[in-house]
Amino acid sequence: MQLAVNILVLASIYALIACGYVMIYRVSRVLSLAHGELMMLGAYGLVTTASLFAAQPAIALLAAALLAAATGALVYWALMRRMTGEAVLAAVLATIALGILLRGAMVLIWSAQVQHPARLLGFDNPVIALPGGARLSTISVLLVVMNVVVYLALWAFLSRSRYGIAMRAAGQNPRLAAQRGINLHAVYALAWGIAVFTGGMTGILIACDAGLDATMATIGLKAFPAALVGGLDSLVGALCGALIVAAAEVLLIHYVDPLLSDVVPFLVLTAMLIVRPWGLFGSREELDRV
Amino acid sequence: MPHASGYFRTRYSEDTRLFDTRFQRAACVIFGCALLALPWVANAFVLDLANQTLLAVVGAVALMLLTGFAGQISLGHAGLMAAGAFCTGILVKEVGASIWLTLPASAATGALLGVIFGLPSLRLRGLYLAVSTLALHFIVIYLGHEYETRRGFSTGIVIDPPRLFGWELVDGRAWYVVFLIAAAATILIALNWLRARTGRAWRALHGREAVAEALGIDVPRYKLLAFVASSTITAMLGCLFAYYRGFVSGEAFSLFLSIQYVAMVIIGGIGSIAGAVMGAVFVTLFPYGIEWLVGMVSEALPQMRGLQNAVFAINYAAFGLVMILFLIFEPQGLAGIWRRVQAYFLMWPFKQKPLAGVDQ
Repeated sequence: MQLAVNILVLASIYALIACGYVMIYRVSRVLSLAHGELMMLGAYGLVTTASLFAAQPAIALLAAALLAAATGALVYWALMRRMTGEAVLAAVLATIALGILLRGAMVLIWSAQVQHPARLLGFDNPVIALPGGARLSTISVLLVVMNVVVYLALWAFLSRSRYGIAMRAAGQNPRLAAQRGINLHAVYALAWGIAVFTGGMTGILIACDAGLDATMATIGLKAFPAALVGGLDSLVGALCGALIVAAAEVLLIHYVDPLLSDVVPFLVLTAMLIVRPWGLFGSREELDRV
Repeated sequence: MPHASGYFRTRYSEDTRLFDTRFQRAACVIFGCALLALPWVANAFVLDLANQTLLAVVGAVALMLLTGFAGQISLGHAGLMAAGAFCTGILVKEVGASIWLTLPASAATGALLGVIFGLPSLRLRGLYLAVSTLALHFIVIYLGHEYETRRGFSTGIVIDPPRLFGWELVDGRAWYVVFLIAAAATILIALNWLRARTGRAWRALHGREAVAEALGIDVPRYKLLAFVASSTITAMLGCLFAYYRGFVSGEAFSLFLSIQYVAMVIIGGIGSIAGAVMGAVFVTLFPYGIEWLVGMVSEALPQMRGLQNAVFAINYAAFGLVMILFLIFEPQGLAGIWRRVQAYFLMWPFKQKPLAGVDQ
């Protein structure tokens, strides 16, 4: 029971982060390898807003969430916009460079010590006992709930709303979408905003649960296999991938070796790359054949 | 041939020559002599820097072959180095192997990993090599750690200095000679590959795969060959690195090291071996430059003393920033700047190069 609960919580974390990878890849075919750092930035945003609005935790959370979304859009406007039209290689390298820059800047601003935003806000994180002897923290429950909410919202947004449909169009054929009158830059910026917003919220919840330091970027990187296993351009895939990766990780750590923690997602990734590199639900981009 | 109006190549043999002009050849010889003279004038610190730089040159040239010419991005360069280093460490510890065994063994390990992790990129287009090499990095580091903990070397594997023809390699100077030979050999091999059929196939691949295939290039074969060539050299570099440090541990091969190598390729300039060398020099010396700068600032402004403790973070941030600036403003890298400077002197007193085929 405890194992099932652990898998569910870890899968929620991976799925929440993976949806950021998927959103950006689906719309602009760019792999954002700075996602872990951006997620961390969102959490550090809460540290700052929490010290500003220590009395009103709700305002602090809201401000941090808005900050994260704005950061995403800003990253697009300041950096990635210049990379559109260049080779994908350059865009991916730019995200790597951004990740390094952010990592250094975050240590400079907030120091390398472990921060506890939950304590700053005066939240406590009581343990909930479930039937069957499993225990989990309140924040973990929140993570699972947020995962459901985010995926439902994204599904509704992409299939029902005007902007969501524009986003899908831009992902399928950017030139045609631009001819049709869709503002590509706005759509890309929105995708980045959503991705960093969801990533930032995840970062905030993880930071409230377990404290915040530079290791968070690793969690962001470990969620990447989840996105790829499911198929980089499929949200359903990201959910399934997260579940597979989380299950493999929790079970292998429990039954085989705790040292495996960092490597399991990448083992799953390698297996997937060899068998079915486009992922479970991803669309297949084959080589151009003559 | 040099003409009054510039350099023109009129025969294919001129297009594939190593040196275009006599001046170039002379400059290379003088540069080589200067490099050979360095250990007799440099102190230990400068010598260590030079050794690090030469190692970085080997790695950067290997990555340049893959990323700059064949157009495949790899994020597992540190992982491949680690594979070579661990291979060396394990062989030395378990069977007491000499460098004549560990170096080829590392190369074989690198080639094998190259085949395994290069395979996914054959089936799909896009960034699959980047993704699978990222996985490679974590898997190699895990296996290395696993070996360390199982065999009780939890802090790292200590390696004795190797013996070459009866000489024990402990002195920085001796290592300098070894690394100089390694770097020169790597550059020469790379240049020879590039001016032969293989290099032309890689460039065609980079340009457009479908067209390359239409030209009769075996795309999967050359893609895999690029990765295997690069990973073999990198694993051998890892072997030398392990001997030089005398110590193998997973911590030395972080993801940041891979990113540093990628940065060498970008900052140096995609698609240029000279660029790889310049990038390697730049990236290796960059942290020392930052440290010096921070030292200057904190000396001049006593209220900025705190900076000294944050050198590491400043390094990271500045490094990321430089990478971004190069990507945005100088995608051709240092090699591009160099070409522009050259063109400036060639064109003087004119400013612009006339477009080919356009009558002025």
